[in-house]
Amino acid sequence: MAFLELEKLTRSFGAHNAVDGLTLGVEKGEFVALLGPSGCGKTTTLQMIAGFVEPTSGAIRLGGKDLLAIKPAKRGLGIVFQSYALFPHMTVAENVAFGLEMQGVAAAERRTRVAETLELVGLGAFGARFPRQMSGGQQQRVALARALVIRPQVLLLDEPLSNLDAKLREGMQIELRQIQRTVGTTTILVTHDQAEAMALSDRIVVMNQGKAEQIGPPHEAYERPATPFVANFLGKTNLVNGATVRPERISFAESGLAGTVRTRIFQGNHWLYQVDTASGLVTVIRQNTGEAMPGEGDAVHLGWEGRA
Amino acid sequence: MRAAPYLLCVPALVLFAGVVIVPLSMTVLLSFHDWGQYKGIEPVFILKNWHEVLSDSYFHEMFARTFRVAFFVTLLAALFGAPEAYILNRMRSPWRGIFLLVILGPLLISVVARTLGWALLFGGNSGLVNKALMGMGLISAPLPFMFTEVGVVVALTHVLMPYMVLAVWASLQRLDPQVENAAVALGAGPFTVLRRIVLPQVMPGILSGAVIVFALAASAFATPAIIGGRRLKVASTLAYDEFLNTLNWPLGAAVAVLLLLALIAVIWGANRLVERRYAQVFA
Repeated sequence: MAFLELEKLTRSFGAHNAVDGLTLGVEKGEFVALLGPSGCGKTTTLQMIAGFVEPTSGAIRLGGKDLLAIKPAKRGLGIVFQSYALFPHMTVAENVAFGLEMQGVAAAERRTRVAETLELVGLGAFGARFPRQMSGGQQQRVALARALVIRPQVLLLDEPLSNLDAKLREGMQIELRQIQRTVGTTTILVTHDQAEAMALSDRIVVMNQGKAEQIGPPHEAYERPATPFVANFLGKTNLVNGATVRPERISFAESGLAGTVRTRIFQGNHWLYQVDTASGLVTVIRQNTGEAMPGEGDAVHLGWEGRA
Repeated sequence: MRAAPYLLCVPALVLFAGVVIVPLSMTVLLSFHDWGQYKGIEPVFILKNWHEVLSDSYFHEMFARTFRVAFFVTLLAALFGAPEAYILNRMRSPWRGIFLLVILGPLLISVVARTLGWALLFGGNSGLVNKALMGMGLISAPLPFMFTEVGVVVALTHVLMPYMVLAVWASLQRLDPQVENAAVALGAGPFTVLRRIVLPQVMPGILSGAVIVFALAASAFATPAIIGGRRLKVASTLAYDEFLNTLNWPLGAAVAVLLLLALIAVIWGANRLVERRYAQVFA
């Protein structure tokens, strides 16, 4: 039996099922991402675990106990909100200490734990600042510290990195992963960014219209997508003669599918090609190894593994 | 064309000078003029009026009453208006719109009409308010509302409540709804969320609402004139009487200017407090 279990979880808004019979088991210490486009029900699922939205039917169990019978304030879950939702009138240290205060932790222990957690997220020197005086990335870390300091049974992350710029996001992904490994907290991440989901999680749940289309390790879902939706959502795909082929698996060969390069785009570490072939337009991604590459208008042959 | 922005300001400046600065300066000047029953206003520079206003216990009583009334009106408006705004903010449409209209509706009606309404409700011993209070067994004998400070405070609170509700509502709308959820998730009960999370964040709104309500209550004329009457004067009705009944314009001007100065001092002090207390939080 899994640590956190969602069983046939359903939430309807009128006639529309935002979440439709979702069943999922999360092991202790696991990092699971709920991935999908907006409106797929991932956020509603998170809010049902947190207790801000009541399920229409289904069950949520944490450590074998019925979580739905427990009030949101008593669930002891750590949540990082998309907007961070820091308390603007409190200093960083007061923000982080709030949860401990609510648990009735003594002041001395509170201070040590707040200091430890701020150190963990790399904000040891910022305790006296107010949220307004910090950058988005720093506020994000405060939100994470505030959620982690109460030693939650489950950490829920609601699009935690979507407000950061691309470069900072990448750095935070690595850091978030390291922190999660260090503290070992069972974590559920909600995101619409497939790269983020794949980079961070042990397993991803690709959701579409309230249902889980595929649940599995990121590379497995990427390599063997269960549905065309999953294939498309996790990355660029080519549908060639009924088979799906990832663009980076296609190479220029001596023989194979004949075609003409329509466009060639340089993207730093790789080249992105669009090739006109008898089977339609094929997207090809080639590593930039410094070698000469076919140009626009050139006649090429495409080959890939497993091609008959 | 460096002068263009200044030139564009000229029409507004002329209007402002014409309708505010000039009459105000004339009122200030007037307060230093002399006045006699038979000689009328004499354009001299004397401190007689100011001396009278500042030393006579009659005037002290008026000003003390004015600010006492304004203080209790502000307190009541905050006590009722802030929760009212909070509840309003949590309502769903269409109820939110309907109740917002109910709260703001009185602003569309003349203050005189609203105050006369209160006069009817208070009216003597058989007024509706007294009948209701006695009917509920809360009091055994009718309370005097007309011509009392309590009556003025109740009526003024009703008149000025919308300003407090609007000020608090504006600050509530800036609140991130997730912040309350964040506090709940960290284990805070509903009351703790209100006291520790919501209230501190809307405090600037309550304080700015309080400044508006206090200023309007202290300078209100129609309500104290109708509910308080001649027996219960406040600074504004006092100035009115000096101008139009006694015809002692210079003394009336001194009262009016003193009220203005006192209000400026109160508002300036309150603003300083807000800025210093909340600067780094809500910059």
